[in-house]
Amino acid sequence: MADELTGARPRFEMRRVRKTFGATVALDGVSLSVAGGEICALVGENGAGKSTLMSILAGALQADAGSMRLDGAPYAPRSPIDARRAGVAMIYQELSLAPDLSVMDNILLGAEPMRFGIVDRPRMREAARRALGELGHDDIPVDAIARALSPAAQQIVEIARALAVGCRVLVLDEPTSSLGAADAGRLFELLRRLRAQGHAIVYISHFLEDVQALADRFEVLRDGCNAGGGAARDARMQDIAAMMVGRPVGDLFPRTPRHAGDVLLDVVGLEPGAATFQLRRGEVFGIAGLMGSGRTRLLRTLFALEPVRAGRVRLGVVEGPRTPRACWRAGMGFLSEDRKGEGVAASLSVSDNLTLTRLAPFGRGGFVSPRRQRQTAVGWIERLDITCSDPDQAARELSGGNQQKIALARLLHHDADVLVLDEPTRGIDIGSKAEIYRLIDTLVADTAQPARAVLLVSSYLPELLGVCDRIAVMRRGRMGTPAEGRLQSAHELMLEMTGGNRA
Amino acid sequence: MTARTVLDRAGTALGLIGVALVFGLLVGPQFFDPANLDLMARQTAIVCMSAVGMTVVIIAGGIDLSVGSIIALSTVVIALRLRAGAAPLMAAAAGVLAGGLCGVVNGVLVTGLRVVPFIVTLGTMLLVRGAAKGFAEEHRIEAPFTWLNDLLRARRGLSLPWGVWLLILLALLVAGVLRYTRFGRHVFAIGSNPRTARLCGVAMDRTTIVVYAISGAFAGLAGLLEFSKIAVGDPTVGLGSELDVIAAVIIGGGSLNGGRGTIAGTVIGAAIMTVIQVGSSQRGLASWVQQIVTGAIIVVAVALDRIRAGRAAD
Repeated sequence: MADELTGARPRFEMRRVRKTFGATVALDGVSLSVAGGEICALVGENGAGKSTLMSILAGALQADAGSMRLDGAPYAPRSPIDARRAGVAMIYQELSLAPDLSVMDNILLGAEPMRFGIVDRPRMREAARRALGELGHDDIPVDAIARALSPAAQQIVEIARALAVGCRVLVLDEPTSSLGAADAGRLFELLRRLRAQGHAIVYISHFLEDVQALADRFEVLRDGCNAGGGAARDARMQDIAAMMVGRPVGDLFPRTPRHAGDVLLDVVGLEPGAATFQLRRGEVFGIAGLMGSGRTRLLRTLFALEPVRAGRVRLGVVEGPRTPRACWRAGMGFLSEDRKGEGVAASLSVSDNLTLTRLAPFGRGGFVSPRRQRQTAVGWIERLDITCSDPDQAARELSGGNQQKIALARLLHHDADVLVLDEPTRGIDIGSKAEIYRLIDTLVADTAQPARAVLLVSSYLPELLGVCDRIAVMRRGRMGTPAEGRLQSAHELMLEMTGGNRA
Repeated sequence: MTARTVLDRAGTALGLIGVALVFGLLVGPQFFDPANLDLMARQTAIVCMSAVGMTVVIIAGGIDLSVGSIIALSTVVIALRLRAGAAPLMAAAAGVLAGGLCGVVNGVLVTGLRVVPFIVTLGTMLLVRGAAKGFAEEHRIEAPFTWLNDLLRARRGLSLPWGVWLLILLALLVAGVLRYTRFGRHVFAIGSNPRTARLCGVAMDRTTIVVYAISGAFAGLAGLLEFSKIAVGDPTVGLGSELDVIAAVIIGGGSLNGGRGTIAGTVIGAAIMTVIQVGSSQRGLASWVQQIVTGAIIVVAVALDRIRAGRAAD
């Protein structure tokens, strides 16, 4: 495709690349080629396979099937170092400098000029200075410690490191997500200059305005497949957004009649997040937004896991609960997006994980009867169809989907009125997903006694549209006003999330 | 209880039986003489007492390096109180209380400063040792002879000494607290994953302070037993014993990553170390052999544990 569009011979070419993780197909025969002197934007929803594809190109992962060529020669890097030697470097979202080393040490890490077996510091300094100079960034001192630099400067150092070892293919993963507008502008200038020097650049981004401003061409991935692409300049944002979301929403999402009751959660001007909203009994309120848009931060602030800078939260009759403990007491439960790191305690048993927030029913005066605790756990295990050998089994031995169900069952055991769910279905199998959607529906339905309220954050638009009654969009750390009385289309949401509606 | 936790405990117990059999063969049948077993029980008591408290700290994902110094401080406080004319029971209580207070300080520093427990207790290890020397004016404190000195004395008719009964009682109590109280479940939760515990509304700071207070109080109790044995307040006693205490917990299946450990395992771990010590000296083995054997046991115990954990993760 690249050949037809640019007429140039591709610098690199990936053909029908396939990659699976366990039962999950991350990439299902994806092809991509980019020519020298071209910037190609790779876009798609979270989990579409962008990062996996680029990790394969950069040697961090190996493809199960498919072929790659670099400048016409077969190319199959077994490690990131392998790829760097061949001339392919990836700049990750989380910068990977050695924070305590100086700028020049970082730039020439692993490629230090030697003299009689010891590092030749003067030549090293010279080389580092030259590398930064070529990028038009003489302003970064080569002796500075990397940690002390701004994120933007650190990024420049990373790029300089890639170029110092002769990279010709540069992959940038969400490079502007941590930059301000001015820094982003300077980065674009630099990338254009590198393009003029004949480098092939892949630019992964969620922000469609970046794509239009910078890229020559865009390529859309969706569910691990190529979903279209074309010249960036003539493309309309609406078309790109449509390619990103265009999938049917099946009967995954049941909807029993619900109606909104009294206000359970009242949030006014909460910072960080600029959030003002009300959550009522019997409704599911969704927050859409891309990764890094501040959704998770907002939820964590709401649940008192991070400090409140301004604003007011009222939960039932409780004014501004200040600790997670107070939140649980007031009837609000939280499901973390970070299942392994926070959601479940891996070495703790299923029954402990499930009942940790409310041990009171298992004994009086601080005592806990393990037998009664286990009985209760067995009840939830059966009700949510959790696969485990017995309730004393350590949570780590369970699959991701089952771990997630335990974390969710914790909120049910606690009998929380307000359920705050951050990415409840990320990385779990479709069967568990469907069960979780069904569960959310029964919680807010009229038949529930009493109906609960659910606050749901998700990156997965069909999920939000299928489950929620109202949706607000977060973008660059600020929450917009939810559309009243109707659900936006996936298309509208994607435009709002990516800022495409401002063009 | 699953089959594997049974195996976990049985594993440590089997280790004890194995070590005992080896020394039984080396020393001869008199090794299993009731009098000799009684001797070993008394030898174990001091390290074991402190190790019971340490188990709680290690389950909670922490570590307490100050226990050796607290043992010394406790002997000094008890001797000073006795010399001042206090009743033996009051003097003993003062020693335990001093230990508990040191523990509270550890807990407050760990939670307040957000510094890792290793560093905090490394600091208080020196601090408490210095305080003990200061109180004692760098001397051994002679104290009048009271019933406190009989706590680890062999009793007629081969009934266990009172100090050992105290240890057994308190070990059972702590094992019960860990298993049958909300506090116990919270200790496991904090050690297993502090972020999950916080998310679930566990009172992190309060629980952590209580955990270190328990360790300090048990070190104070170990100091009481130590005083009973040496009959003086000695600010230099128990130097390096924190490592024996930690080793007992680790041999007994405790994990420095937190979330795992049992009182039964710890008691057996302490017993294994004593069997090696007593057996070696009765066989006439040099102390360097003893140390090599103990060191090897620690490494083997942890390695076996890793292999077991590895299998479980698959």
